[in-house]
Amino acid sequence: MRWRKHTNRIIGFLVLLPSIVLVGIFVYGFIGRTVWASLSDWGQDPAQALALDPVTRFVGLDNYRQLFTGVIDGRFRQDMVSTLFFTVFFIAGCLLVGLLLAILIDHKPKGEGLFRGVFLFPFALSFVVTGTIWRWLLQPNGGVNRLPELVGLPRGEFAWLTSKRQIWRFDWNDLSVWLPLVLAAALAAMALAAFRAGRRRRGALALAGTALLGIAAVLGRSVTLLPFPEQHGFNLAFIGIVLAAVWQMAGYTMALYLAGLSGIPEELREAAITEGAGGWALYTRIILPLMAPITLSAMIVLGHISLKIFDLVFAMAGPDNSWTDVPALLMYITTFRGNQFAKGAAIGVILLLLVAVIIVPYLRWQLREGSRE
Amino acid sequence: MSALAPTRRRLSWRWLMYAILALAVSCFLVPVYMMLVTALKEPAAIGLDTAWQLPRVWNWASFAEAWASFRPKLWNSLVLTVSASAASAILGSLNGYVLAKWPFPGSNAVFAFLLFGMFIPYQAILIPLFAFIRSIGLYGSIWGLVVVHTVYGLPITTLIFRNYYMEIPNSLVEAAALDGGGFFGIYRHVIFPVSLPGFVVVIIWQFTQVWNEFLFAVSLSNPESQPITVALAQLAGGEAVKWNLPMAGALLAALPTLLVYVIFGRYFVRGLLAGSVKG
Repeated sequence: MRWRKHTNRIIGFLVLLPSIVLVGIFVYGFIGRTVWASLSDWGQDPAQALALDPVTRFVGLDNYRQLFTGVIDGRFRQDMVSTLFFTVFFIAGCLLVGLLLAILIDHKPKGEGLFRGVFLFPFALSFVVTGTIWRWLLQPNGGVNRLPELVGLPRGEFAWLTSKRQIWRFDWNDLSVWLPLVLAAALAAMALAAFRAGRRRRGALALAGTALLGIAAVLGRSVTLLPFPEQHGFNLAFIGIVLAAVWQMAGYTMALYLAGLSGIPEELREAAITEGAGGWALYTRIILPLMAPITLSAMIVLGHISLKIFDLVFAMAGPDNSWTDVPALLMYITTFRGNQFAKGAAIGVILLLLVAVIIVPYLRWQLREGSRE
Repeated sequence: MSALAPTRRRLSWRWLMYAILALAVSCFLVPVYMMLVTALKEPAAIGLDTAWQLPRVWNWASFAEAWASFRPKLWNSLVLTVSASAASAILGSLNGYVLAKWPFPGSNAVFAFLLFGMFIPYQAILIPLFAFIRSIGLYGSIWGLVVVHTVYGLPITTLIFRNYYMEIPNSLVEAAALDGGGFFGIYRHVIFPVSLPGFVVVIIWQFTQVWNEFLFAVSLSNPESQPITVALAQLAGGEAVKWNLPMAGALLAALPTLLVYVIFGRYFVRGLLAGSVKG
């Protein structure tokens, strides 16, 4: 019998093996090759770029250096800034709208199912469909800008997707000071939390990191990233993209919250109400704190969607609108239009690192939770 | 008086709730309205000034025209979606069965290893993938996309099936093993017969994902094998288009997944919740 169980385990492993190999090649193997390509000069020689077996040279981190500090790659730097702003507004929008809708539906209005269906349906659409419709809605002289006219107000003048206005501008060169400072502040907060939780070793490590980053910030003042000042900021053209993206994904956030809300036992709510907690207090004191893990999950899932966003921007503003460019789109253009394979690979790797920073800890947390249950 | 006050207040709260809900519903439906009225107008009647008005003459020809030019692309999408969903669902079911019922040393690590593939930005594998698909002669073929979507679908299908099979009591599997059932016998007689809801969730999820996907489609297909999303993006991206056609096309492209959503809403939500992990 034991022997039997043993064979079944072995068969099980053999059944799993093809998938392990496939994912091993298609995910990890290909990531490895992308990293390798990003360290080469593949594409700099046009004669070699499209060859089936291109001759390339190893150039170390040169592509990365160019992207962050090279004279011609300012577009990439603006894209990084844009994508971070986009991520913040997109996540905030989805969480706020999603939570509001979930709370409203949690009050069991008549036609609850219908409301739910209307708020969630955009999630079933392709970003390309969403982008196509919103592209038309955000035409500068039509669509949304004409809505105020319907109630007798002057019409909107905002150019939406083609607006050239930029706010919250800063000089890229200042990053060598600000980036370490921000990271140091985050680590300091982690250290504080660790000491409070009594995890002294972890706290000490975080504190050491804070000190190192502090030194880096001081040293950063003497580092010149670029030989000239280069302004980047939040492109207002992204507001339209954020609108469309929130339209599509707020229902998803709502569904996550609703699943969480339905898990809160009725007795808990009743107990809170008999103790005198009104509607507002019930939510802020009891329900919202219970929703914290859902908020975190939603932030991570939305965050990784937003860092990868490509199709929505492509369909809404086209691949060549520099005011709404993002790294995922730039990677595509650099690679398949410009044949700059090495540089495209480097952008891909940077995207992967950004996503991995949030996804790897999340997966560890989720899998640990899962095995505890 | 004091006894009345709370109910009255609750009543006005309910009104406020309905008001906000109505506002939200109209915000969510405005794009749908715009899509429909634009698709139903005659090309000459479409103008920025009159975009919000209902069509004077209902013109259904845009749908016929969009259907005529999109039909091969819709067919491509259908072949791609059905094949890739079926393949990744079957593999995912077997994987989930192994991970849930026959864990081996290190199987948790293998699970995490597979899961990570679900989250990577595909830009990080696109160049080698492109080279690989080209080298095996599947560039520009719908079957290249089928392979790609099957492989990158494995993490989520494995995840959903594993979690689904975890709910099946181990005692059932053990009893079947005592009766002399082997690995595949137990799968066939114990696991598979109760898998239908799992398959529905997974296939709906994969159907929606693959149908809506754009990055692989635009990088690995040619005009012949183009899925609908690529054709739509090209149509809408061209300058000086009349907007009735892209809008009718958008509706055609959205219809299959919308139908799935309307018919299988409950399962759709389950797939969505599974997508946020919890191993």
